[in-house]
Amino acid sequence: MGLFDSLKKRKHEDQTDADVEEIVETPKKEGLFSRVKKALDVDLGNEEDYQVEKPAEKSPVTYEKGLEQSRNNFSGQVNKLLANFRNVDESFFEDLEDTLISADVGFEMAMKISDELRDEARFQNIRSKQDAKNMILQKLVEVYEASGDDAEIEMHFAPSGTPSIFMFVGVNGVGKTTTIGKLAMRYKNEGKKVLLAAADTFRAGATQQLQEWADRDGVDIVTGKEKADPASVVFEAVKKAVEDDYDVLLVDTAGRLQNNQNLMKELEKMKNVIKREIPDAPNEVLLVLDSTTGQNAVNQAKLFKDSSDVTGIVLTKLDGTAKGGIVMAIREELNLPVKFVGLGEGVDDLQVFDSNEFVYGLFKDLIEA
Amino acid sequence: MAFENLSSRIESALKNLSGKGKVGENDLDVTLREIRLALLEADVNLKVARSFVNDVRTKALGAKVLNGLNPSEQVIKIVNDELTELMGEVAVPLNKSAKIPTVILMAGLQGAGKTTTVAKLANKFKKEENARPLLIAADVYRPAAIEQLQTLGNQLDIPVFEEGTNVDPRQIVKDGLAQAKKNNNDYVFIDTAGRLQIDEDLMKELKDIQDISKPDEVLLVVDAMTGQNATETAEGFNNALDVTGIVLTKLDGDTRGGAALSIRAVTGKPIKFVGEGEKVDNLDVFYPERMASRILGMGDVLTLIEKAQTDFDEKQAADQLEKLRLNTFDFNDFLDQLKQVQNMGPLEDMLKMLPGMANNPALANMSIDPKDFSHMEAIVQSMTNKERQDPELLVPARRRRIAAGSGRPVIEVNKLIKQFVQMRDMMHRFTNGKGLPSGMESMFGDVDTNEMSNMMGQMGMPSMGGGIGGKIADAAMKRAFKKIQKKKKKRK
Ligand SMILES: Nc1nc2c(ncn2[C@@H]2O[C@H](COP(=O)(O)OP(=O)(O)O)[C@@H](O)[C@H]2O)c(=O)[nH]1
Ligand SMILES: [Mg+2]
Repeated sequence: MGLFDSLKKRKHEDQTDADVEEIVETPKKEGLFSRVKKALDVDLGNEEDYQVEKPAEKSPVTYEKGLEQSRNNFSGQVNKLLANFRNVDESFFEDLEDTLISADVGFEMAMKISDELRDEARFQNIRSKQDAKNMILQKLVEVYEASGDDAEIEMHFAPSGTPSIFMFVGVNGVGKTTTIGKLAMRYKNEGKKVLLAAADTFRAGATQQLQEWADRDGVDIVTGKEKADPASVVFEAVKKAVEDDYDVLLVDTAGRLQNNQNLMKELEKMKNVIKREIPDAPNEVLLVLDSTTGQNAVNQAKLFKDSSDVTGIVLTKLDGTAKGGIVMAIREELNLPVKFVGLGEGVDDLQVFDSNEFVYGLFKDLIEA
Repeated sequence: MAFENLSSRIESALKNLSGKGKVGENDLDVTLREIRLALLEADVNLKVARSFVNDVRTKALGAKVLNGLNPSEQVIKIVNDELTELMGEVAVPLNKSAKIPTVILMAGLQGAGKTTTVAKLANKFKKEENARPLLIAADVYRPAAIEQLQTLGNQLDIPVFEEGTNVDPRQIVKDGLAQAKKNNNDYVFIDTAGRLQIDEDLMKELKDIQDISKPDEVLLVVDAMTGQNATETAEGFNNALDVTGIVLTKLDGDTRGGAALSIRAVTGKPIKFVGEGEKVDNLDVFYPERMASRILGMGDVLTLIEKAQTDFDEKQAADQLEKLRLNTFDFNDFLDQLKQVQNMGPLEDMLKMLPGMANNPALANMSIDPKDFSHMEAIVQSMTNKERQDPELLVPARRRRIAAGSGRPVIEVNKLIKQFVQMRDMMHRFTNGKGLPSGMESMFGDVDTNEMSNMMGQMGMPSMGGGIGGKIADAAMKRAFKKIQKKKKKRK
């Protein structure tokens, strides 16, 4: 089943779950198209009834609802766009571009999507809001699916007997240390023997921060002196991980801006230290990205990928109001899989990234509204 | 860079305006659309970008710019003026209390850079005013946040007030302020935990802290790399608190920082400081014009264009560039350029408009003798027409003749010819190559100011001047270059 179909299916399941009173004919044997049509008819049938979401009416977002914000914003924007729909003309596409951009989807991505839709609109006979909406939704799902495969979404572990080494890199304050704190707990709960390496010897209090996570999680940690060479901490940690049979070693690194070449070289050095001990390691180099970041996230992904062969992304702070659309752009440009998402500051606020879930989260209200 | 920068986008947007005697409203709208997209690409918020473009439109139509001369330059000028206005015209200093202590409360999202900024600001006042600041550690949530502040305090020899993580931040602030009073601290910085603006409990806590501490400054710290979300965050904090100013951090990255514009627009609060590195002295007072330039991706190129537009013949420059490209650029063109530059006024003044040059001490000692121009002119005028077109002809005997004819020493004639050839070759490479601005940048990366001015003087090419810092290259050369490319396309 394609992503688009499965989204539809999930939506339908959700709806029947949530709205018991409003059970429509259960479209058991209905095809996707008719289901889409039905969904769209219900919501778009009456133009006067269609309400643009007023900011004042937004209810506060709770932590558990995590992705709600990004979804509301993204789909809300597209819905708003459709509310003003007259016909598929140039101004419609301009609005669409704006809408996509304002979800941080990225400039080039927004252009690509709307250009493709421009072409498509010529072949399809787009007359109504329904048509337009269906077209947009299909395209978004299609672009998402085409821009990357999800095969790499699983974490790569070393063969048993060797510790799996995961390195975390990224700019300052994105959530590297916190992510490690959360992930250590997850692996520990899976019965793994976890070691942390506090290789951020630069930022004041960084080692203590990771130390505190190690204490909370009840896992071991290797630390170095303040301003010590981070590579030496990494070296010690790798040695310990091998000697004492750890299953997982999580390496925290200092935040650095991707345009700082010296610091980027430092990362390379750390990586080489790991490689010298275990040629196949690190098994993952995860770039931690703050979901509030705009276009610069693509720069970050590019330059970190160049210097330390990033293998995946952790997208943090999705519990905020950021739209998270930048994932689309990064996926498109660099084909880097998102492996985890951060949804808060607590130890449990880390989830394995599920692309269906994410796309569903982003576009759900489109399918519905 | 992943994206073509804003200035070149605007340049290309303006292509359809420049060269047109009359510019219709439609042309303007096409251009404004491009500008809007360019702003969005720099992470300026959608709503802000839209209203910005509307303002520009109103101004452009109101001023009858479209019927005037050089509509494209005038539109750029309006864009820049509006941008600077939006950023705030002048740097706004920190609010200080008449009675000590001046209390400064920090607020912002997680990971924005509040603690680092506290250390930088406290250190700045300590150094500049011999201040005796106290730092209050009121982030009881993030692991080791207190230790971070303590470590910084130790490094800077600035006292930190803390009560561990088991005391309510409101109480910590109360107690901290009492201690500041007792110890006669003249500044108090309250470092708070990062929080989401939608987190009602934590926002309430921050409001309470504000009520308790009655701060003179509530500084909202925002990461310069923030995307479209910047307005929501800024609005959230601004509505909940009496924000008095903004600190923009991580500007040492390669972001264009359009968030600055968005935040300023939705809060109306001035950006007071910018963080440009992890070291404690990497903090700068905010200069609106510089930020406007940064978002646009140029130096004070606009003033330069403004100056140049009356004297500088774009068409001519484009023709010259085309000649450079084809390697048919000769001494006649060179002479034309000299004249153009002379018309633009003192070279020092032009140099000062380049990014980072305005306060450059080297400029103080530098003056360019207008006589140099006339000497060069004299030399070229003593050449025959054939010689002007083909420097290969200039054998030593001819050079001596030219020297005699112009009344200048042979050395000077030799120097001029050498520079001409160098310049022509270099320009030929540029005009045929890609990556013009960065090429220019590295080209001039190692050249000191004197030499640069020298080169500029000798080469006498306005667009060359732009090479310094690579910024004017964007504005003047790129535009001309694009014209050439356009012409080339047409020919095909
Ligand atoms: N709301 C929220 N905050 C987060 C998340 N991940 C990290 N943080 C916070 O962001 C700040 C910076 O995190 P930290 O791990 O120190 O970033 P690092 O500099 O990359 O190591 C801390 O205050 C964290 O608590 C998240 O998913 N959601
Ligand atoms: Mg860290």
